[in-house]
Amino acid sequence: MKQKASKKPDRHPKDELLREDRMPHIWCPGCGIGSAFSSCITALKKTGIDYDRLAVVSGIGCTGRVAGYLNLDSFHTTHGRAIPFATGLKLAKPEMNVFVFSGEGDLFSIGGNHFLHAARKNIDITVICVNNMNYGMTGGQVSANTPTGAITSTTPYGNAEVPLNLPSLAAACGAVYIARWLSLDVRRLAESILEALLKPGFSFVEILAPCPTAFGRRNSLGSALDMNKLYKENSVIRNGVHPDETVIEEGKKMVLGKFIDKERPTFLDRLSKTSELKSTAWPKKEMAAQR
Amino acid sequence: MTSQRVLTGEHFINGDEACTEGALAAGCNFFAGYPITPATEVAETMSRRLPKLDGTYVQMEDEIASIAAVLGAAWGGAKSMTSTSGPGFSLMMENIGLGVITETPCVIVNIQRGGPSTGLPTTCGQGDIMQAKWGSHGHYEIIAISPSSPQEMFDFTIRAFNLAETFRIPVLIMADEVVGHTLERVTIPPAEKIKVINRKKPTESPETYLPYKTDSSLIPVLPNAGDGYRIHITGLTHDERGYPVPDAETQEILITRLINKIRKNRDKIIDYEDYFLDGAKIVIVTYGSSVRPALKAMRDLREHGVKVGLLKLNTIWPFAEDLIRKLAKKVEAFIVPEVNFGQIALEVERCASGQAFTKLISHPGGGIHTPQQVTDGVKKILSDLGSKRKKR
Ligand code: SF4
Repeated sequence: MKQKASKKPDRHPKDELLREDRMPHIWCPGCGIGSAFSSCITALKKTGIDYDRLAVVSGIGCTGRVAGYLNLDSFHTTHGRAIPFATGLKLAKPEMNVFVFSGEGDLFSIGGNHFLHAARKNIDITVICVNNMNYGMTGGQVSANTPTGAITSTTPYGNAEVPLNLPSLAAACGAVYIARWLSLDVRRLAESILEALLKPGFSFVEILAPCPTAFGRRNSLGSALDMNKLYKENSVIRNGVHPDETVIEEGKKMVLGKFIDKERPTFLDRLSKTSELKSTAWPKKEMAAQR
Repeated sequence: MTSQRVLTGEHFINGDEACTEGALAAGCNFFAGYPITPATEVAETMSRRLPKLDGTYVQMEDEIASIAAVLGAAWGGAKSMTSTSGPGFSLMMENIGLGVITETPCVIVNIQRGGPSTGLPTTCGQGDIMQAKWGSHGHYEIIAISPSSPQEMFDFTIRAFNLAETFRIPVLIMADEVVGHTLERVTIPPAEKIKVINRKKPTESPETYLPYKTDSSLIPVLPNAGDGYRIHITGLTHDERGYPVPDAETQEILITRLINKIRKNRDKIIDYEDYFLDGAKIVIVTYGSSVRPALKAMRDLREHGVKVGLLKLNTIWPFAEDLIRKLAKKVEAFIVPEVNFGQIALEVERCASGQAFTKLISHPGGGIHTPQQVTDGVKKILSDLGSKRKKR
């Protein structure tokens, strides 16, 4: 204790996972990405995994900058494509724990197809998605997760579209772990990220995070503090509910919780056994024989 | 299927299969791809062969994901490859740029077909030659090689991997449908006769190490993910630490180095074969499936006393500028048969700088030139040159 204190008294325990020489970061004051990032560091420390065995992959956008600030092997890739980069890295280096940290515009608007297939194949990676309901980096345009009616710089009369419900999508594609938390709830969020990182297979954590600068301002949601309050008051924890009951819509509280936590062989588990998998699941063997 | 990596011996296989065998002989242990004619046999052969060699084959959801997975695997230390044709090649462009700026070694095979768009899925084209050089946004240099037979598909794929590992860049194999689908004898040498180059790894301690600091070779030495260096890789303009620095000065340093890494090493990269250049009046410049009809035309013409030579480009990017410039001072004309409406012909014309005449023999795709078409082209230029002389 004494030794530590005399060495560097102002060092925060999370600093070891920060690229300190890259501070200050680009995020706005009060942005939800900050606490999501911090929760992720809490979780990473708790995994007990050697930091040299961890790799983070991000796409493009405000959240996409996470890869640049984590002191791990870190990859800041192209817009929407973090998941296939992570897939390649994981398959080539299975001993590493690879996770994706990116925004909903990146992962689900431009990159949705990759999410579908990585989840379906049960690639052993974790996807952490900050859903701030708009494209913050480019000044607040509509994304696939902007609520209906919301104002963005490209929906000046209100969003005519219906947002994608991410837990439903993840469940339909076969993700083995699905949770959603507020960026404010750092304790539950960190707990979920930890579980997801340690879970074999494709795990998914959605984080509802305020973007006060671009989304909040246009929709008169007040300061970052006001937005956090609003999110807190308008959400409810319902662990274990069917993901289809988590749709975010007007007049309903946003449902938070851990929704799915199940077992399924990963892509690499199955791949190593394909030569032994002599049978097909469909069509039935008898049907195949009749041909 | 065999668990032997190098299938030493004589084989009767097509160009796509030979390309796969070349990749495996070079140490390829990761393949990600998406089915597309006429490149599918590369993926099919990989899917049979790689699992038996402790490698990984994965079919991705599209070509964007394929090249992404290939780069991701390379960051993990794999020797990785993908194969495609025109439409898939177009989809890969953005991530090829990421491969260039992050200096990631990998190999991308394009078995060209007729385009644009869906075009001629099952027949030959050479319309992607300029796309190979300029297809991704921004200014960069790339390495592209051009096999003209199944044997070269084997040999040149090994070289493609060696170049990728040496120069830390995606290397493009710009083959075409005729080369990919020609079935003929391919000789695979014993493993110990095959020269395989593997990327250098840093020896410096992680504390003082700078990933993008280079010596006079201009080529960085990068670790693999998991080596303990905790490296940051980004598509943003970055400094020697690999950190994004979005300013003109950093851009100048980085992009100049990326360009010069290839330009200053071009003598080590460029490969060609020449035939009868001494005393030649006319030189046919050719690559890919155009080589065979061009060689036949050259022989026929020489039998009739025409002083024609031939330059076969085994690499197309970087372009053999110096050679064309030198030749332009000695010869009267270059003839360029290609299955497009003038791509390499533009380069030849640029380098000839008016010192020799450049004549394109175009082909729209769907097949290749007949030797007669090349012969006719040479004769036409001879008569044009003759009448020009008379006019003087
Ligand atoms: S623009 Fe929005 S999402 Fe981006 S950093 Fe600012 S508050 Fe956060």
